[in-house]
Amino acid sequence: MLQRVLHISYLIWDYLYSNLLTLWTVASHTFSKADTVEYPDQMPYLAPRFRGRIVLTRDPSGEERCVACNLCASACPTDCIALQKTEDETGRWSAEYFRINFSRCVFCGLCEEACPTYAIQLTQDFELAEYQRQNLVYEKHHLLIDGPGKHPDYSFYELSGKAVSGRAKGAGKLEAPPVDVKSLLP
Amino acid sequence: MHTALIQLINVVAILLFVVFGAALLTWVERRLLGIWQDRYGPNRVGPLGSLQIVADMIKLLMKQDWVPPFADRLVFIVAPAIAMFVVVAAFAVIPMAPGIGVIDLNIGLLFFLAMTSLGVYAVMFGAYASDNKYALLGGLRAAAQMVSYEVFMGLSLMGVVMLAGSFNLRELVLAQADGWFIVPQFVGFMIFFVAGIAESHRTPFDLPEAEHELTAGFHTEYSGMKFAMFFLGEYVSVLMTAAMITVLFLGGWLGPAWLPPLFWFLLKTTLLVLSMILIRGALPRPRYDQLMAFGWKVMLPLALINLLATGALKLM
Repeated sequence: MLQRVLHISYLIWDYLYSNLLTLWTVASHTFSKADTVEYPDQMPYLAPRFRGRIVLTRDPSGEERCVACNLCASACPTDCIALQKTEDETGRWSAEYFRINFSRCVFCGLCEEACPTYAIQLTQDFELAEYQRQNLVYEKHHLLIDGPGKHPDYSFYELSGKAVSGRAKGAGKLEAPPVDVKSLLP
Repeated sequence: MHTALIQLINVVAILLFVVFGAALLTWVERRLLGIWQDRYGPNRVGPLGSLQIVADMIKLLMKQDWVPPFADRLVFIVAPAIAMFVVVAAFAVIPMAPGIGVIDLNIGLLFFLAMTSLGVYAVMFGAYASDNKYALLGGLRAAAQMVSYEVFMGLSLMGVVMLAGSFNLRELVLAQADGWFIVPQFVGFMIFFVAGIAESHRTPFDLPEAEHELTAGFHTEYSGMKFAMFFLGEYVSVLMTAAMITVLFLGGWLGPAWLPPLFWFLLKTTLLVLSMILIRGALPRPRYDQLMAFGWKVMLPLALINLLATGALKLM
């Protein structure tokens, strides 16, 4: 009998203590700082590799980097990139139109990884909200920016070994002149 | 004529105080819960977000006044009215300060108990009329909870009545001039506090609504102002419970004379309301059978022992 009474009193104390401890723990949070980031007033911290709105960059000379190779479009898991290749009189390739449907884009960054010319890049801008869905379809003139983006010194045509008008094969920055296979000299 | 006018002002002022206080409480509660969960809560509308209630009210008033086609129309509409009516009626007997109070009944305490017991009809009618299985389970739990806590709620107050020798709430307050009843009736205070939380259907005793299990419990089918009536009724009930504990155990308006009696009453009530919000923010909800077992096996014996001890001490 006594044991039973003791046991029950212990249980009552135990429950009471655990509940009071809970109350105290919650009450002590009165003086702790809120974790909330009040977004429109205060910008949240964005990681350096944050993947936001997609842009098309230009090389240091101000030309479009995109060579319309379609690798981004084929890498895209949601098929939100559509483009068409065109070629100017100098033999340089570029996109006739370049269209990204941001209502389908999942910002995975696979297009950026696939791009051989660093043309397509993801930026830190995530404020893409629109009232009309159609406005989320960005055309080439929406996507193109004036600068080189994340790779300021990179120029594809300087390094690729491809001849375009004004520069022969091997005239690029890091290139040696092409080997003349018919000369037989070492 | 003059006294009638004063009484009319009294009635209107207290009604407005109760309704606006309850509305403001929705904002206070959300802010406090926010603070205790390391966030801000509603802080956009007006200074510190205090006009949030206006925004909520506009939103609720603009909503369609919808009665589901499968509901029992009359009962469905009457239920929220009962929820609001009984708590406001119960508030009428609470003496706030000398000369401030709607009505001075000589059985004020019994009237209070009767009105709060009627409150369960609102929940059960609303649940029954909704013809919804979540609502039905909520109503079922409300009924089970009511039979568990209503018994020891009444019994826990009888110790106070025994000490003061009156059911009149003003005389109960005046009887505490020498010492508040919380000291001799501490067990009664604890039991009534628990019962009061259960009475206002708040976490940890919010089994009738239990968002996580029952969508919204008995008011699943309610929307717009009818939902707001249930909601406001619940908050008035919180105010009422806090005011009742103040009157019965914490000496009502009694306090040092350098501040008006009404201030002391409001201060004590506010502190109790804050502690009820803290309890809501901290404690989890027990299972339905645990609540019943707790009511019948712990609280009822405690209330009876308390009553017995008080009676024995009174006789000696």
